[in-house]
Amino acid sequence: MKNTLTKSVAVLLFVGLALVPVLGTRAMVQDLFMVLTLLILALNWNMLAGFAGLVSVGQQAFVGIGAYAMFAAVILWGLDPLVGIAIGGVAAIVLAVPIAFFTFRLNGAYFAIGTWVAAEIVRLSLAQWKALGGGTGTSLPKGTTKDMFGVDLIKDALDMSSSAASDALTYWLALLLAAVTLVSGYVFLRSRMGLGLQAIRDNAEAARSVGVDPIRLKAAVYLLTAFGTGLCGALLFIQITRVTPDAAFDVVDWTAFVIFITVIGGIGTLPGPVVGVIVFYALQRTLADYGTIYLIVLGLIGIAIMLFARKGLWGIFTAKTGIELLLLRHRAPKRS
Amino acid sequence: MALLRLEGVSKSFGALTVTDNVSFAVEPGQALGIIGPNGAGKSTLFNLITGNIAPGAGTIEFDGVDVTRQPPMQRVVAGIGRSFQIPQPFTNLSVYENLLVAAQFGGGRHRDVGGFCMDILDQTGLAKVADNTSGSLSLLQRKRLELARAMATSPKLILLDEIAGGLTEGECVALIQTIKSIHAAGTAIIWIEHVLHALNSVVERLMVLNFGKMLMIGDPAQVMASPEVKEIYLGIDV
Ligand SMILES: Nc1ncnc2c1ncn2[C@@H]1O[C@H](COP(=O)(O)OP(=O)(O)OP(=O)(O)O)[C@@H](O)[C@H]1O
Ligand SMILES: [Mg+2]
Repeated sequence: MKNTLTKSVAVLLFVGLALVPVLGTRAMVQDLFMVLTLLILALNWNMLAGFAGLVSVGQQAFVGIGAYAMFAAVILWGLDPLVGIAIGGVAAIVLAVPIAFFTFRLNGAYFAIGTWVAAEIVRLSLAQWKALGGGTGTSLPKGTTKDMFGVDLIKDALDMSSSAASDALTYWLALLLAAVTLVSGYVFLRSRMGLGLQAIRDNAEAARSVGVDPIRLKAAVYLLTAFGTGLCGALLFIQITRVTPDAAFDVVDWTAFVIFITVIGGIGTLPGPVVGVIVFYALQRTLADYGTIYLIVLGLIGIAIMLFARKGLWGIFTAKTGIELLLLRHRAPKRS
Repeated sequence: MALLRLEGVSKSFGALTVTDNVSFAVEPGQALGIIGPNGAGKSTLFNLITGNIAPGAGTIEFDGVDVTRQPPMQRVVAGIGRSFQIPQPFTNLSVYENLLVAAQFGGGRHRDVGGFCMDILDQTGLAKVADNTSGSLSLLQRKRLELARAMATSPKLILLDEIAGGLTEGECVALIQTIKSIHAAGTAIIWIEHVLHALNSVVERLMVLNFGKMLMIGDPAQVMASPEVKEIYLGIDV
């Protein structure tokens, strides 16, 4: 009963968001695109840190490699940007293997630093890639996004300009990717592997003693979230249309903000990143004019939540109202 | 062929030798009791068998395979299930989910994994609290959960570490019944227990550990009657 209600609301929300390019302004589409991509990054980081205990501060490595792989696909190999997105995801997984190989030997803070160092190394390496502009970066060739597969279709169907149609397309892809990430995250956590992860989170030694292999499970999550993060990076830079090593591997944009969103929303809860991204967007809209102060305020709020409400705003909401969503519980089968 | 075989196993923590050149074997389906004073190295011996700690010397063989260097999860899948002396439940998971993890990752394959877990919860008297978070359980219930979770890994050999302490007479009888039925189903058992009458009503062989050394192993009645054991257990109700 409650479940059907939740599902109906979610479907309505999805349909409502899907209609924004049709009914809303282009500014709204572009704003919501950024919100949705941040949500995708936050959902991935939450899975990584909140559920698998892998507190990475190097996820910009996968945003960056996704972006660069997409640019390579378009500029060097002449492929459609949409194919470039898939290549971006695959490139991120391929990169995640050696990074995991080295960083998984580290624990806690050392792991975090290790992931950041790895991301820096990738950034410095890609700055050597002369074909993609080296340290100064490069832009997508003029007209690339307008020629993207599907743009003409949207343009004709909705009677809009090519650039509005390409905005709509990337927006829908972001919406789809966010929805798929959220749903597959839920399905994953309810699966055997997800239950194993929760057991590790509670008591790693006991988990090993019932047959759970923490390294294997964590590695699986690391690779999967790298894939999602890489896809998102590629998608982001189709919209941005210009890539530089500094922008693609920006630790503040692609990791710090994402951590903030997850922490204020509720780390280790599935609805947390959704709540967090809404709050983040509201704060950004009201405080953006204040420059540095904005970052300081964000930092202070993040610290306050970490100290006083470990499960974030969603945790507070759940405790006060008793309303819980996307529960991971496996109920014992009823028997006569 | 022995199910479990330890050959010259030793373990030291710094200068303290906690397991001292221990060798013994357990046949399939056999029940072995272990007794010994506090700090004798009983739980450490379990940790060596399960792989939670690595031995300084010696080899451990299970089901014909040298598992000395294997991590715990591999040994669980091979068929070594264990309970912890200090209960280690997954506190944010329900009682049922605690068993579900063990059933899904342990040594068994199930068509109806839910039913399998519920059978064990029935057998261990935890069915009523199946959906409660295990963090809310009393100590006695947690101990029962340790037993139930170990059973859910479908072990060929189950290691039980002091699960009868603090029980009432009636509860103890029920526990003995449960362990006897595990045994009757063909599972080998090693049971560390201070409650000797419970232990001796189940096991076929008894081992005495003292200062990490295996003092004696054999028929429970003979072991209990030996002068060394009487000396160690002086003052303890035998
Ligand atoms: N990880 C460890 N590091 C250092 N010393 C340890 C460690 N684990 C156990 N010990 C020591 O090893 C000795 C044996 O401990 P163990 O837990 O095996 O004894 P036990 O026979 O199970 O005792 P009890 O009957 O009290 O449970 C004790 O002196 C204990 O303090
Ligand atoms: Mg002990």
